[in-house]
Amino acid sequence: MNKTLKLIAAEEHVDDGSPKVLQLANDADPLAIAVCLQDIDRIDLNFPKFTDGRAYSQAFLLRRRMGFQGEIRATGDVLIDQLVQMQRMGFTSAVLREGVDASAAQRQFDRFAAFYQGDAVKAEPHFAANP
Amino acid sequence: MYQYTDFDRQFVRQRAAQFRDQLERWQAGKLAEDEFKPLRLQNGWYVQRYAPMLRVAVPYGELSSRQLRVLARIAREYDEPEAAVYKLATEKQGILGTKHLPTHYGHFTTRQNVQFNWIPLSKSADVMDLLATVDMHGIQTSGNCIRNITSDERAGVAHDEIADPRPFAEIMRQWSTLHPEFAFLPRKFKIAITGATEDRAATGWHDVGLHLIKNDAGELGFRVQVGGGMGRTPIIGTVLREFLPWHQIMNYLEAVVRVYNRYGRRDNIYKARIKILVKAEGQRYIDDVEAEYQQIITHDGAPHTITQAEFDRVAASFVPPTLATRVLQAADVTEAALQKHAADDVMFARWLARNVAPHQNPALRAVTLSFKRLKQAPGDATADQLDTAARLAERFSAGEARVTHDQNLLLPWVHAEDLHALWLAAREAGFASANVRLLTDMIACPGGDFCDLANARSIPIAEAITERYQDLDELDDLGEIDLHISGCINSCGHHHSGHIGILGVDKDGKEWYQVSLGGSDGSDLSGAPLAGKAVGPSFTGAEVPEVIEAVLTTYRDTRNAGETFIDTLRRVGPDPFKAAANGARFKAEEVAA
Repeated sequence: MNKTLKLIAAEEHVDDGSPKVLQLANDADPLAIAVCLQDIDRIDLNFPKFTDGRAYSQAFLLRRRMGFQGEIRATGDVLIDQLVQMQRMGFTSAVLREGVDASAAQRQFDRFAAFYQGDAVKAEPHFAANP
Repeated sequence: MYQYTDFDRQFVRQRAAQFRDQLERWQAGKLAEDEFKPLRLQNGWYVQRYAPMLRVAVPYGELSSRQLRVLARIAREYDEPEAAVYKLATEKQGILGTKHLPTHYGHFTTRQNVQFNWIPLSKSADVMDLLATVDMHGIQTSGNCIRNITSDERAGVAHDEIADPRPFAEIMRQWSTLHPEFAFLPRKFKIAITGATEDRAATGWHDVGLHLIKNDAGELGFRVQVGGGMGRTPIIGTVLREFLPWHQIMNYLEAVVRVYNRYGRRDNIYKARIKILVKAEGQRYIDDVEAEYQQIITHDGAPHTITQAEFDRVAASFVPPTLATRVLQAADVTEAALQKHAADDVMFARWLARNVAPHQNPALRAVTLSFKRLKQAPGDATADQLDTAARLAERFSAGEARVTHDQNLLLPWVHAEDLHALWLAAREAGFASANVRLLTDMIACPGGDFCDLANARSIPIAEAITERYQDLDELDDLGEIDLHISGCINSCGHHHSGHIGILGVDKDGKEWYQVSLGGSDGSDLSGAPLAGKAVGPSFTGAEVPEVIEAVLTTYRDTRNAGETFIDTLRRVGPDPFKAAANGARFKAEEVAA
């Protein structure tokens, strides 16, 4: 799998108060911000713990359901072993948790040739794409 | 059985390589314990009281002889604790009264998987590589994700089948495998599917229960139940759809799980299962699922609609196997020979009556190999026994066996004329207990001898009851009874659904057991799924066999001719049974002595 997800060091992820950046709480409904999406360049979705999977559904809804074209950034407890699924769910950048060694990241993307089910990036499942 | 494609094979190997990478990073200190734990759980590695436990996925219970042999090899070569671990375990369990902890064996679970209890974590990646050589793995057998999908043990051979559920189970297995959105749900998520008239898969007790049915127009679809589960709040699933066209099932499940992922509780582990969300939100949850489903269909373009081509591709793997070509006897000749053997040997007659079930093909039978016998815990099989089972499956059942919900093995493709030869071989192997669905065909979890969650041991209770009820005449007279034993409220031994349920509880650091009556898994024998009710305060382990005996005596005293235990209990009501159970408590001076 081609790695397109941009990894950002914790110190490079700064809140400069830009009105074009939105931080969406992990329990917020993405559909509620539909009206202002065209004014937004980037949406940060937070993982309070890496085992809290709500942001994956949020990313899916933003990307596929609402057609958001801008950057979707993963923040919070972001670890190496979840990067592939983040990319598949429509995240385009991720801020690794402080202290996480990024050296093992690339080979996670290299490992799987393809997956069974469709996702936010590639809609059709393996069986439909390879009949 | 499903035939793995190159893609499927490569996927399992890549998964094994991924696990090795994670294990090595953990060993090198680059992955913290709490970061590694959810990853190893989703590969089936669960650390128990003394050693890790590996849960191997057996999709909808189907195993080939080849796979059974690899499981035997894992039992033989890897299911061995380090000496210090075993010494500590035997010492600590010895204080509770456990005299022996078996090693080098596999255990069949109620969710049709196979577990090992002693493999050191340092060898875990090697075991995953070995499993991958026979298309096996531990993907999503633990953790807060969509678990291995279970089904009717007689899928594809049951005489009362509407449609074979296995192609759907396989398509859903693929869909749920490493699903990127649903890997970190609020809690575990279990799906069961049946295609028969009788529910032999306890579908009402699952997070999602699917029942293949035909509508008035003769079209195939699913009755969809959501939000069943055991644990400390036993709930039967709510019907969300009376009829969903079969090709829409994954689109619909995507809606069911997405709404759960977004709104299921994450603040309290005991309230995190989907059953709590469905119960708390009621119609609002159903409305949300329907709205989400409509969006998936209309807006997203229903990408996971099962095409006819994909259904046909997968279903082609599930055509009945080509059985050894030979000249078969006429059915009446076979029948006469069986009758003669049965007349000559009452043990064979009993086995025919109990362990042999009818089949879609009138020349074939589905035969249960019983793993409920003295000296071994329910569902346990040594390395040699796993090899023997592989041999029997090869010789008598086209190389296929099924792990059953009741922790036995079923051979689905047995020629009626081979039954006597199979019985002889099964008897020699110790698999011929003629007790299927009788009292001693009980379900029991590994309990406090192995599991870290358990409050009390299950195996000694199972053992005491098994020892007491060895008289086959008595067992037959008691008839079909579901006895289910769990070592804690997590309910792996399904005590809620037992006609008689036994639950281990901890009081002041001691083992106690709550006894409940009247539960049902949803089978024809048991009636609509239902949780049993406790008879009163809990009992000591020594009292439990007396309580069971008192309850069964009450049944014998009050039953009508031919009436089963569960029917008698329902007709008479629980009071006389409760009174008998509570009357079996030891007097204070007996306890002191």
